[in-house]
Amino acid sequence: MFGIFDGHGGHACAQAVSERLFYYVAVSLMSHQTLEHMEGAMESMKPLLPILHWLKHPGDSIYKDVTSVHLDHLRVYWQELLDLHMEMGLSIEEALMYSFQRLDSDISLEIQAPLEDEVTRNLSLQVAFSGATACMAHVDGIHLHVANAGDCRAILGVQEDNGMWSCLPLTRDHNAWNQAELSRLKREHPESEDRTIIMEDRLLGVLIPCRAFGDVQLKWSKELQRSVLERGFNTEALNIYQFTPPHYYTPPYLTAEPEVTYHRLRPQDKFLVLASDGLWDMLSNEDVVRLVVGHLTEADQHKTDLAQRPANLGLMQSLLLQRKASGLHEADQNAATRLIRHAIGNNEYGEMEAERLAAMLTLPEDLARMYRDDITVTVVYFNSESIGAYYKGG
Amino acid sequence: MFYRLLSIVGRQRASPGWQNWSSARNSASAAEAHSMALPTQAQVVICGGGIMGTSVAYHLSKMGWKDIVLLEQGRLAAGSTRFCAGILSTARHLTIEQKMADYSNKLYHQLEQETGIQTGYTRTGSIFLAQTQDRLISLKRINARLNVIGIPSEIISPKKVAELHHLLNVHDLVGAMHVPEDAVVSSADVALALASAASQNGVQIYDRTSVLHVMVKKGQVTGVETDKGQIECQYFVNCAGQWAYELGLSNEEPVSIPLHACEHFYLLTRPLETPLQSSTPTIVDADGRIYIRNWQGGILSGGFEKNPKPIFTEGKNQLEIQNLQEDWDHFEPLLSSLLRRMPELETLEIMKLVNCPETFTPDMRCIMGESPAVQGYFVLAGMNSAGLSFGGGAGKYLAEWMVHGYPSENVWELDLKRFGALQSSRTFLRHRVMEVMPLMYDLKVPRWDFQTGRQLRTSPLYDRLDAQGARWMEKHGFERPKYFVPPDKDLLALEQSKTFYKPDWFDIVESEVKCCKEAVCVIDMSSFTKFEITSTGDQALEVLQYLFSNDLDVPVGHIVHTGMLNEGGGYENDCSIARLNKRSFFMISPTDQQVHCWAWLKKHMPEDSNLLLEDVTWKYTALNLIGPRAVDVLSELSYAPMTPDHFPSLFCKEMSVGYANGIRVMSMTHTGEPGFMLYIPIEYALHVYNEVMSVGQKYGIRNAGYYALRSLRIEKFFAFWGQDINNLTTPLECGRESRVKLEKICSSSLWWDHANHGRATEHRGKVLPSCYAACLEADLIRAGLESAKDITCSGPRLP
Repeated sequence: MFGIFDGHGGHACAQAVSERLFYYVAVSLMSHQTLEHMEGAMESMKPLLPILHWLKHPGDSIYKDVTSVHLDHLRVYWQELLDLHMEMGLSIEEALMYSFQRLDSDISLEIQAPLEDEVTRNLSLQVAFSGATACMAHVDGIHLHVANAGDCRAILGVQEDNGMWSCLPLTRDHNAWNQAELSRLKREHPESEDRTIIMEDRLLGVLIPCRAFGDVQLKWSKELQRSVLERGFNTEALNIYQFTPPHYYTPPYLTAEPEVTYHRLRPQDKFLVLASDGLWDMLSNEDVVRLVVGHLTEADQHKTDLAQRPANLGLMQSLLLQRKASGLHEADQNAATRLIRHAIGNNEYGEMEAERLAAMLTLPEDLARMYRDDITVTVVYFNSESIGAYYKGG
Repeated sequence: MFYRLLSIVGRQRASPGWQNWSSARNSASAAEAHSMALPTQAQVVICGGGIMGTSVAYHLSKMGWKDIVLLEQGRLAAGSTRFCAGILSTARHLTIEQKMADYSNKLYHQLEQETGIQTGYTRTGSIFLAQTQDRLISLKRINARLNVIGIPSEIISPKKVAELHHLLNVHDLVGAMHVPEDAVVSSADVALALASAASQNGVQIYDRTSVLHVMVKKGQVTGVETDKGQIECQYFVNCAGQWAYELGLSNEEPVSIPLHACEHFYLLTRPLETPLQSSTPTIVDADGRIYIRNWQGGILSGGFEKNPKPIFTEGKNQLEIQNLQEDWDHFEPLLSSLLRRMPELETLEIMKLVNCPETFTPDMRCIMGESPAVQGYFVLAGMNSAGLSFGGGAGKYLAEWMVHGYPSENVWELDLKRFGALQSSRTFLRHRVMEVMPLMYDLKVPRWDFQTGRQLRTSPLYDRLDAQGARWMEKHGFERPKYFVPPDKDLLALEQSKTFYKPDWFDIVESEVKCCKEAVCVIDMSSFTKFEITSTGDQALEVLQYLFSNDLDVPVGHIVHTGMLNEGGGYENDCSIARLNKRSFFMISPTDQQVHCWAWLKKHMPEDSNLLLEDVTWKYTALNLIGPRAVDVLSELSYAPMTPDHFPSLFCKEMSVGYANGIRVMSMTHTGEPGFMLYIPIEYALHVYNEVMSVGQKYGIRNAGYYALRSLRIEKFFAFWGQDINNLTTPLECGRESRVKLEKICSSSLWWDHANHGRATEHRGKVLPSCYAACLEADLIRAGLESAKDITCSGPRLP
């Protein structure tokens, strides 16, 4: 499973979702038997086998203090799943669907329920009042599911048999430029609100994505918001923007329900790019594919060049000089870095400009947001041979 | 990768040695690494079975110490010693380094005969190429120093170079230096031979044994904890190479050994068509950043690139060891440089690019000596990739140090105590070694300041002075102004300012000196080391009377120039002491003595809870008001008469300056010029400075820097400790008889006996020229030359 989580109104929600969502999906996909084992272990206070095997970046942070509360909620979820008495667990599509919505409702409920510990309570509040869009991919053999809520995007890099590259979008951005989303919103709310529901290309004039986790100020009724916040939270200290947008008549306006797409991987599907809207604002799908392909070929070249090492010093020198001239050895460590470098370093003609890149990266924190969005990118490479083997093997 | 490399290179290079080694072992039951249990106690435990550890063991056992255990975590002579390029070069920048290398050369030369182990020692000579005139000057300086200590070398023409080495392209050379007695040798075999000889002398050697940490009780080594058990010992020697820093920190009382490793690459080739003779000289092309030696008919060539790759910043890291790979892209500039120097090599077949990390230190000098914090903890490490050249000599000096209490030469420049805990930050070391490694082959001009790891310790006036055009140097982590660039003057960029001739700042310093002589200048001297010694009774006076050569039982308020002498009568320290009151003294020493002086005092002071020694360096900002008008400035600021009648020379008084009270005013300037030192509690520093500057305006006050101070001192023959005098210089030898209270120490101290028995007279002949030289220096600076020392060495050879 891979995921991209793009927060807004603070990082709390994105952080929480990034840590919790995979557990919900994993639990949804577990068989009845496994769930029973887990429940048994919990009941007898035995240690639980880890549900997930994380592949984290060393820099990734985690909320350590609150995991026990989160585990309790996860347990409630699997208890409910147990009650459903489904032998095989949910289908992947269902699992993704439920997990997104379940986690969002847990986030929303956690803050409504009384919490003793002040740290946990403040954190839950921050999570609920900030928001996050999410896009996650689930790969099982040749079965690729992508669930998306918000304006992150996933695309496939496809190499046709004739060697040409193309891109295959797997998600639709949930924002005001998406006609389907517009009609969904209009359908869900009374006709009187048709004009006010999207203003200045934003949901209620506030939010760009039309689906997201958290953001309870766009989900709860005004009364609920007031009653929760009046329970003595110091909202200012917590840096929460407590404000009900105008024309707030028929909540909820926002949902975390994902759009799930399925794709059967073919040998020509070479890689998957998941990225937050910051990247897509700057680069088109085609640009992204082109850049990743460029990186792939260079990395290949890099390897092959020196693997068959020239035998004598003269040849070695000329090879090294060639590589230096083509700037090869300065290649980015990975394709994701390269994408980000180009997203913020490209000038209006689509060329990399080192000065521009440096300027963009050294902007003071408070100014940076006016010139660039935060960008998160994950590039997943598929092994075409094993995909091919799948097809041959039946 | 690392290990594969080890086996390949090891087999190729060291196999003859290994075969012989086993025969030697059979015949003489030599340094067979023990596999039995460790002994429970020993006098000395040496950690590290590389060239340093074995050399220390060899020399200690030669000097009669027998109860020695040497521990090696892997195999003997693995590590950097195994991968070292095997070049022994005596052409070093410091005289002490040249002496060490010279001794190593002689030692390795006869080692085969002594031990029966082949070391591959071949006297090839080496040639240092100069592509520029500046480089040639630098070589001439080294050449002159070599000749002074009796190492043959000469400056030769490009034509002669071509005769000595037929593969070289000499068209772009302006000259070269030839050192005919330099050699190549297999460093691993040298280490094994040293180990073998040590083992025959009773040293017990255990491999595959790691030292976990050193046990310390009451500031004294008591034993070593290893992965195979404990050993009680009195002395511990840290020769752990690039791991020495980690090992030092692993103690409960950490020992700071500032060093850091960088990746280092060299190339091995197959033999030439007509294999290169084993006597082919080694080439050092510093302008091309490379060295080239013959290696099994082919060549071995490496270098010190401009963009080094530091490694092991976070300590020993398995991942990084595995990732030690050949990096051809990184090596390209060096390869191009090699082919430019030897174009015929183009068709030569590549065998391997070796990546062997080397250790570097913050000032490019190796680290030896005893830890200031833990007695009995000795260190020998940080060789800046000259481990083979220094191995023999450094081992000898350290052994002498341990056995006799001091080495036979002055090694202050290499002493561990020149560093303190402040140089032990990993970040600092990582940044600094990235500057140090390229410097190996950069042009070394006088007065070069490191650019990394700066602005660590600063005076509260730093920003203020910086805004007024101060240019800074660093001493012991402390920023000191060199001189002040007037607003209307531009200096050259750093790179262009490198010169052996008259520097562009010369006129600036000249005018600062003039101002000191004619009006008044203020120099921020906060970096000086300041100690306070106080006691409840007379203990402070007693201990100081014992430790210092001059009489300190002076009236309160008097300042005494004195120093601490060692058993040989040499200056361990040079300082001024002010008697603040009956029972407390204020001691001012040079900046870089902070650690050394503290350690010396601590070592020789009795354990007495009523006697308090405190380092107050950080508590005071020191302003030096130099010049005939300093009196006027100060009396105007304090409404107190400051004339010599009221405030005689070498006098100290607490008084108020401006609004600030409790300023220690001393009537001395460290230059022999009239004026005052103000020791200001730091919170008043800015206030006092501002007052001094504004009042001083009408007297023509200006800022001055250390270069001006230095010039003033030289004019008055004031010696610099560590440069002009050291722990082998007695007061008599440097004309400081007046600073010794003879009655006080005549009976007890050795040096006076020496003096009476002619040692002083014998030395006088030697030293006087150098005093003479000191006075010359003022003139020399004007001529743009570095230091009188060079001149006495090189005499008329220099341009």
